[in-house]
Amino acid sequence: MPLRNTLSSKDVGTLLKAGELSFRVGPYIYNLHSSLGQLAEGLSELYADFPAASPGDFVDYAVSIQRGGPLSTIRRKVQFLFDNQGSFAPIPIKQAYAFMEWGMNWCVSVHANEYLKLHAAAVARDGLVIVMPGVPGAGKSTLCAALGLTGWRILSDEHALIPPGTSRVVPLCRPVSLKNESIETIRAFDRSARFGPVSKDTHKGAVAHMKADLTPDCHDQEALPAHIMLFPRYSSVDRQELTARSKTESFVLAAYHSFNYSLMGESGFAAMQTLIDSVECYDLVYRDLDWAIEAVGQLHDRARQP
Amino acid sequence: MSFLLSRVLLDPGQAPDLDSRRYGQLLRQARSANLLAALAERIRDEGLMEQIPDRVRRHLESVALVHTKQKHDLAYHLKLVQRALAPTGQKMILLKGAAYLQAGIAAGRGRLISDIDLIVPEADIGAAEQALNLQGWKSGKLDPYNERYYRQWMHEIPPLGHSKYGSTLDLHFTILPPTAAANIDARLLFEQIVEVQPGVYTLSRPDMVIHSATHLFHEGEFHNGLRDLWDLDRMLREFSAGDSGFWDHLLGRARALDLVGPLLYGLTYSQRIFDTPVPAGMIEEANSRARKLRKPLMDFLFRRAFRPDQPECRLPFTDSALYLLYLRSHYLRMPLYLLIPHLARKAWMSKFEESDNAGIAAAKPAG
Repeated sequence: MPLRNTLSSKDVGTLLKAGELSFRVGPYIYNLHSSLGQLAEGLSELYADFPAASPGDFVDYAVSIQRGGPLSTIRRKVQFLFDNQGSFAPIPIKQAYAFMEWGMNWCVSVHANEYLKLHAAAVARDGLVIVMPGVPGAGKSTLCAALGLTGWRILSDEHALIPPGTSRVVPLCRPVSLKNESIETIRAFDRSARFGPVSKDTHKGAVAHMKADLTPDCHDQEALPAHIMLFPRYSSVDRQELTARSKTESFVLAAYHSFNYSLMGESGFAAMQTLIDSVECYDLVYRDLDWAIEAVGQLHDRARQP
Repeated sequence: MSFLLSRVLLDPGQAPDLDSRRYGQLLRQARSANLLAALAERIRDEGLMEQIPDRVRRHLESVALVHTKQKHDLAYHLKLVQRALAPTGQKMILLKGAAYLQAGIAAGRGRLISDIDLIVPEADIGAAEQALNLQGWKSGKLDPYNERYYRQWMHEIPPLGHSKYGSTLDLHFTILPPTAAANIDARLLFEQIVEVQPGVYTLSRPDMVIHSATHLFHEGEFHNGLRDLWDLDRMLREFSAGDSGFWDHLLGRARALDLVGPLLYGLTYSQRIFDTPVPAGMIEEANSRARKLRKPLMDFLFRRAFRPDQPECRLPFTDSALYLLYLRSHYLRMPLYLLIPHLARKAWMSKFEESDNAGIAAAKPAG
């Protein structure tokens, strides 16, 4: 049952304050706890359609964002706590929403080693996944958001979770994080795109999150087969083009973009090999989103012909 | 004094019967105490992993992978350290977590480490530091105050980080700061070192126990207190099994090192929390030694320090207790005329010299 249906009696803020806001993101249950109004606002906007957890469910990640002592209150800072432990220095209260989203990513990045985790966006159409690894700033989230707004299912804009021994991707759909100009680019691309609070002046500049669960099946849990690995790169000067990339090179790049490839040792190598063996690999240099969406769509259609 | 984590660590057979809520508590307690990998290994060693629900098991297996990776990395980094130290003719002697892992003892099962602790004779520390510098382990930029504090008053030099390998070495020359009241003759430690693998040395078994207890009861930060107590329990159980002379030997050794106090504290709390089979006579000795006035207070403080930092485990006044222990550790470490200016300086630095974006910059996986 989506969160919004359970919210008839209590609003998000009340649940959040009581530490009773729990919902499922892909294979994981998050529990959030905070008394900050901006978090309640953002969560109501972006998470209302997430499946609510039942009170008896095992919580994977318990996250809390709280004001610290009197001094940090004066300095307008808050603390991010995971399992009740502070892992980061206090953060300016204005950036709390962005930090909560990063923190929720961090939970998966450092803990979940049951999957080979690529730092990648993943989108699907016709039940087939395109995995898009990329360094921060490469433009994978922007492309991911735009694909999501044109009918693709967003599986994740941050983590492609690959069960070892398969070439499948486990959905982990959360809001897409957009930075600086990308925020306006996406707003202009589709006026109906819905955003959470904008956090200004973070170390990455301005950050805003876009609602990403836009298709009816977006919270399904079944892993879907990947058929393309695409390395997107936004450039305002280079020629737009889509080119094939060798599998060996793609292997190395994807390993570089993995959170736990080396931690998994031999099984990481085997998992990556299985994945790379089953996908076609491409580079995409883009400037214009409409062009990129067209190119990705054609590539997808061509690749799924037997 | 038991709590869910201590009960399941001692008797993993209780794990398969927990409900979701209790599993949540167990994992949070274990993770916040830095004992999740130890818990995973205990459950695996008892052959119970298959009986743990998938949703919980994946967390245990995930952290077990981290542990395995740390072991591999440690072995590799130690080879490099060994190579770096070779020209100086010094032995590579490990302390704490790295020692437990390399010695292959029970305390190393699921033991996570954050850095590699080494000990070298005080006279050789300069040569060792230089040799390690040459191979890329360098102390990072400390502000001059902290640098001087380390060099002048501590029993170790500032941590040496490696830019390429990411490992950090803590180089000690004794096991307590020279300003502490206890009068340790570090030479005694070096006389009894043991070669656990070719070219890899640790302190002797009794010395490992004494060092662990000393470290624990002189430390000011208790976020790893419970984990350190678990180390003690594992060592005491393993070392005393089948060695009837172990306890006497241990006490004699602590006397020689002038560290009977911390050892007896260690034995007392290890027995209270993990039910370690310490001979009754030694516990009595600990009780009679503890000065009557201080005992109830210390007990009040330690009872709070040796619990997971989770709401369901916290006793009233935990924050104040931890703060008093922090002050105590400094009081033990240095005389008051050094201590008061130091703490004032530290408080100033932590409140007013922190950089504004430190937190966010630390969050690597931002998208």
